[in-house]
Amino acid sequence: MAEQPALSLIGVTVRFPSPAPGKRGETVAVDDVSLDLPAGHVLAVLGPSGCGKSTLLRVIAGLEEPDAGRVCHDGRDLLHVPAHRRGFALMFQDGQLFPHQSVARNVGYPLRLRRRPRKAIDSRVEELLALVGLPSYGDRMPATLSGGERQRVALARALAVDPSLLLLDEPLSALDRGLRERLAGDLREILARAGTTAILVTHDQDEAFAVADRMAVMRDGRLVQHGTVADVWAHPRDPWTALFLGYANVVTGPAAAALRRTTDAAASGTSLALRRSALRVDASGPLAARVLAARVTPEQIRLRLDVDGVGVVDGVAQPHEDVPVGAPVRVVMDPSRTAELTPP
Amino acid sequence: MGTLRARAGYALLAAVPLAVIALFFLYPVGGMLARGFWVDGSFAPGQVVPVFERSIVQRALWFTLWSAAAGTAGSVLLGVPVAWVLHRLRFPGRDLLRALTMVPFVLPTVVVGVAFRQLLVSSGPLGFLHLDGTAAAIVAALVFFNVSVVVRTVGSFWAGLDPRQGQAAAALGATPLQVFRTVTLPALLPGIVSAASVVFLFCATAFGVVLVMGGLRYANIETEIYQLTTQELDLTGAAALSVLQVAVITVLLLLSARAHRDTPPVTRTADLLRRPGRRHLPAFGWTLLVLVFLMAPIVELVVASLRTADGWGLGNYRALGTTGERDALLVPALVGLRNSFEIALGAAALALSLGTLVAFLVSRRPRRAAARRVVGVFDAVFMLPLGVSAVTLGFGFLITLDRPPIDLRTSPALIPIAQAMVALPLVVRTVAPVLRSIDPRQRQAAASLGAGPVRVLLAVDLPTAWRALLAATGFAFAVSLGEFGATSFLARSDNPTLPVVIYQLIARPGEQNFGMAMAASVILAAATALVMLVVERLRVGSMGAF
Repeated sequence: MAEQPALSLIGVTVRFPSPAPGKRGETVAVDDVSLDLPAGHVLAVLGPSGCGKSTLLRVIAGLEEPDAGRVCHDGRDLLHVPAHRRGFALMFQDGQLFPHQSVARNVGYPLRLRRRPRKAIDSRVEELLALVGLPSYGDRMPATLSGGERQRVALARALAVDPSLLLLDEPLSALDRGLRERLAGDLREILARAGTTAILVTHDQDEAFAVADRMAVMRDGRLVQHGTVADVWAHPRDPWTALFLGYANVVTGPAAAALRRTTDAAASGTSLALRRSALRVDASGPLAARVLAARVTPEQIRLRLDVDGVGVVDGVAQPHEDVPVGAPVRVVMDPSRTAELTPP
Repeated sequence: MGTLRARAGYALLAAVPLAVIALFFLYPVGGMLARGFWVDGSFAPGQVVPVFERSIVQRALWFTLWSAAAGTAGSVLLGVPVAWVLHRLRFPGRDLLRALTMVPFVLPTVVVGVAFRQLLVSSGPLGFLHLDGTAAAIVAALVFFNVSVVVRTVGSFWAGLDPRQGQAAAALGATPLQVFRTVTLPALLPGIVSAASVVFLFCATAFGVVLVMGGLRYANIETEIYQLTTQELDLTGAAALSVLQVAVITVLLLLSARAHRDTPPVTRTADLLRRPGRRHLPAFGWTLLVLVFLMAPIVELVVASLRTADGWGLGNYRALGTTGERDALLVPALVGLRNSFEIALGAAALALSLGTLVAFLVSRRPRRAAARRVVGVFDAVFMLPLGVSAVTLGFGFLITLDRPPIDLRTSPALIPIAQAMVALPLVVRTVAPVLRSIDPRQRQAAASLGAGPVRVLLAVDLPTAWRALLAATGFAFAVSLGEFGATSFLARSDNPTLPVVIYQLIARPGEQNFGMAMAASVILAAATALVMLVVERLRVGSMGAF
């Protein structure tokens, strides 16, 4: 795949009038965001609710005009191109199927807009419904479908005309956990098979990891960090990003240095992000700690530890180990479950 | 035991408005119809048939149908883009524009008729169109009245549509026109059908406008009923036409109810209103044109009211303290103004108390299907005054409530009661949707926390509904101020309301009388407009929507 970016955002900024009634002034929803996405990749824009990620998606789709900045696709500036001429497809959180049309008519909708012959539409709809795992659902009405089925139909509709860019706004958030995990895997596979360039907006890091290969983290309208999923995961830029990505603790200064010296005597003292399982109870471990709290889960015992020279952090013990609250324990750090914060 | 007591309570609550509507609506209207079917004391329904064979009746029928159809089409055409601008966009001055579009609906019909004639007479500003006395002018006046119904009904419907549906379509490649045709319009259709059926109803039962503008050439069923009862004393003919009207209106109400039922509960998405941009200019231009159309007759009224025999001035207003040129009136016009206010206050109070009860009852959603059907029928009964000719109602009052068991002939309550019947459906239609929009789980939550039924009402229903109640009061007041159809039968010349005064003044010759009619119309219009402006501040979406 050529590294010529399919989509480029350059300094995109969106301001909204202040939502407080009677007050003047503006809030900046998207603040100077620049980003490149190579063709064929799936980018997850990750951030807490209200960080401006959905607005950014609407700008790319052409539903919102940026106050500043440019959106380019294949080298073409999209500033004055309305949504319906961009050749993209947008899939909303709740699918937004047209309730007055059957599943088949919903999926065939973009094809009918393009006046494809009826035979071609019928066969394409059948193909798409098979792709999303819902063959023979064509005659059902959206109201009779479950949440997961509706999202699959919405996905089929979005893929119908081979969009040059697929935009997904929290596509799985409305679903329950088990379904979400299953559908995330399916989504990744379907996108890979279709070779679609896609942007997925979500507040759920699991969803991002399950579907995307590139990741952009947003906070308060600003782009904090972006890169490949592995890269962002291995090198979070700051403590906030690390915690948002799912790391349990961030330690800095002498505490970080103390931890790092247990594996590498020559290490310097940069900040360290720790997953919950980074510290493990081990009788021969190099660090001394005291158990502050313990909670049993099916796979391990989750601990709150006060580690000498480090402070209060999370840790785990094997289910059979005896770790009463208040007891002194020895712990060891697993470096593969840590990440070095890498400021820009 | 609790449910039994609750059921008894509901039955008792329902009994009050039912008794009132039976006594003051069904009984008079029924009496009026019976008068036509019983000739010389014997039941003779056959007498009714020849009525429809008269050419004048057939002409009135035909005119009613096509003028109502044209008025409906015009209102929808004018109103739908305006509904979009006023309910889908966010811009400064929007609330004022909403209130302005609402003013024509509450303007007294007589006033509108006069204002249109003023615009269109050969000496008027639009005289070059040669439309005075034509059917086109009547249709234009009908549209003038009913645009606001379309704007309100379709607008509140539109405001509830999720814009993301259209955006999804646009992102899939649909042009704005395709989005409208394939997504928005199908979703909007129940609202448009509902609005159109109500507008058709209003157009088909228009009275004051047709009476003033139609002259001798054009009559609809409503003015024909008036002619038959007051001029020709042909009660059989009038009853025949009333029966026909009730039948047609019942069908229309059923259709409208069906359109209502098919609509899913709307979710408010007020925060998704858009700032207007350059591509919205055509819609804004259209809205501006419609507003000019709505304001022109009102401006013309004001101008005419300031024109006196000796130049411009307030002479016509000062003359309202007199009985007019050659004593056109029995009492000074200002007496009519005072009467109108007193009567409208009484009517609004009555309509509000009854309407709130009805709205409360029809907003319940009982679990049993049979109970739900009862609620549905109950709802429909209180919508009947919307469609039954006000003339029929007024004349029915005159002939049934003048002797035992109820003799109200000289009672000051007669006119307020009649007007309250006319305003009642509007109050119910304003309050019920708001009560219905309250999640029943809120009431259940309050009850589970230990609140009794009354506490639940105070804690859950009232905080949501008080705006709607206030708006409904203002709405009922404004409608009563301008009510003419029923009042024209019931008001005595020595104790008239302002619309009756206006009608009497324009019916008499004399420039001074005409000027006084204009001045009185302006005062009436200003009063109703003021009430509507205040009410608009309450932001009750269901007001004026059907």
